[in-house]
Amino acid sequence: MIVFSLNKILEAVGGDMELHISANIEKGKLVTLYGESGAGKTSILRMLAGLMAPENGFIKINNKIWFDHKKNIDLKPQLRKIGFVFQDYALFPNMTVRQNIEFALDKNQDHDIINELIETIELGDLQHRKPDTLSGGQQQRTALARALVRQPELLLLDEPLSALGHDMRAKLQDYILMVHRQYKLTTILVSHELGEVLKMSDYVLELVNGRVQREGAPAEIFTEGNNKKSALHLAGDIVKIEDGEMTVLIGNRLVGVPRKNGLRVGDRLVLGVGITGNDIRKIG
Amino acid sequence: MFEWSPIILTFELALVTTLLLLLISIPLAYWLAYSDKKIKPVIETLVSMPLVLPPTVLGFYLLVVFSPNNGLGKLLLEAFGLRLIFSFEGLVLASIIYSLPFMVHPIQAGLSNLPASLTEAAYVLGKSKRTTLFKVLLPNIKPNLLTGIVLAFAHTIGEFGVVLMIGGNIPGKTKVASIAVYDEVEALNYDVANAYSLFLFAVTFFILLTVYLVNGGYLKRYWR
Repeated sequence: MIVFSLNKILEAVGGDMELHISANIEKGKLVTLYGESGAGKTSILRMLAGLMAPENGFIKINNKIWFDHKKNIDLKPQLRKIGFVFQDYALFPNMTVRQNIEFALDKNQDHDIINELIETIELGDLQHRKPDTLSGGQQQRTALARALVRQPELLLLDEPLSALGHDMRAKLQDYILMVHRQYKLTTILVSHELGEVLKMSDYVLELVNGRVQREGAPAEIFTEGNNKKSALHLAGDIVKIEDGEMTVLIGNRLVGVPRKNGLRVGDRLVLGVGITGNDIRKIG
Repeated sequence: MFEWSPIILTFELALVTTLLLLLISIPLAYWLAYSDKKIKPVIETLVSMPLVLPPTVLGFYLLVVFSPNNGLGKLLLEAFGLRLIFSFEGLVLASIIYSLPFMVHPIQAGLSNLPASLTEAAYVLGKSKRTTLFKVLLPNIKPNLLTGIVLAFAHTIGEFGVVLMIGGNIPGKTKVASIAVYDEVEALNYDVANAYSLFLFAVTFFILLTVYLVNGGYLKRYWR
């Protein structure tokens, strides 16, 4: 069980923002922090990792205290068992893929894990290459493998897929889900991609201005309200608005939908698709 | 008369100075790159002072401070038998101070320009500050290290004012090549002065050329 309550004033573009969040995360779950950029998602990951000091609160991981303001406990990042995949991957340019992964080994740790991870994440052909010769997706896989070497109690992923193209992103989501299950990890993913959140997470915390606005299972919180009857929910971005119609980018398809007032180009939507009996046909 | 001893002495001085400077500059540059202490601007200024101060000023104060007639100079002489004026040891100390910015600045710039996530990634992988410095940070700023080493070396070869003030002109002990040039010109031995000068010119030219070739990647195709 991972329990934390964090408090900190963050300097944001539009003035100071108070981050105030508490959460209970069950072991083995994949939880997403969802929200616009600047909502405080990355700061929460950094506080959990010990890279940023909260002003108040506590972090308790499987009954061990990592941080407690009142008791003056603040474990160094080195002593917290975490895997962290940075947004820019932070691979060491002077080391090959294999050396990057080996660097993570603790003293006296069994080397077998290295080959196992290289095999699981399919890095065998790349293991002797330097990071600057790899594609974004390959770098991301290396960073993921490196983060798993110490068998972390908590895996933190800071928008690891934001720099990747659509197809590559889908593939890497599968890799992350696979290792999450195979190594029985507790994972916190930062994302502002609705599709990603829906596909990957067991539980979502939606952050707005440093506070949790909604939380719950993704299928529930994104389908609340008027569109409960819809059977299918798709995430998309508005690319064009005309008189009676809007064009929405869903995945890599453009779809025309009826116009709704108060929306602008660039807004992100959840589209509930209602399917009636007439739409269903047996084909095989 | 042309002698090899000033030339040899010059290179000895440059070599010892550069090695000691590297040992001093790595922790100093690390501190300057990552510290947010209030005293940092003062230390930064002190490190940079030799860039703008006339070498004679630096030499003069070193002469005053380390004179055996004064407190510190007397103490060093009595306690350790160390005499820092008109001696090779004194030249080394003066050269270290004088060339300090040439070593510290490139290393500091290299460290500051590395993404913070590299350090953070090493920390969350359980690595100490020291391991992170030697295994991650320094190997990724090799061009900066090379620049610092070579600039400090070449700059020490090019010293004159500081050396003259604190070292004087003792053959085989403190008479380096740059002073030998001055000496020979004073004695109207232009041929000998020219020999020393040409030697210094050629050596420093090739040292600097090597740095630019290496850091500019011009030599890479021959390595691979």
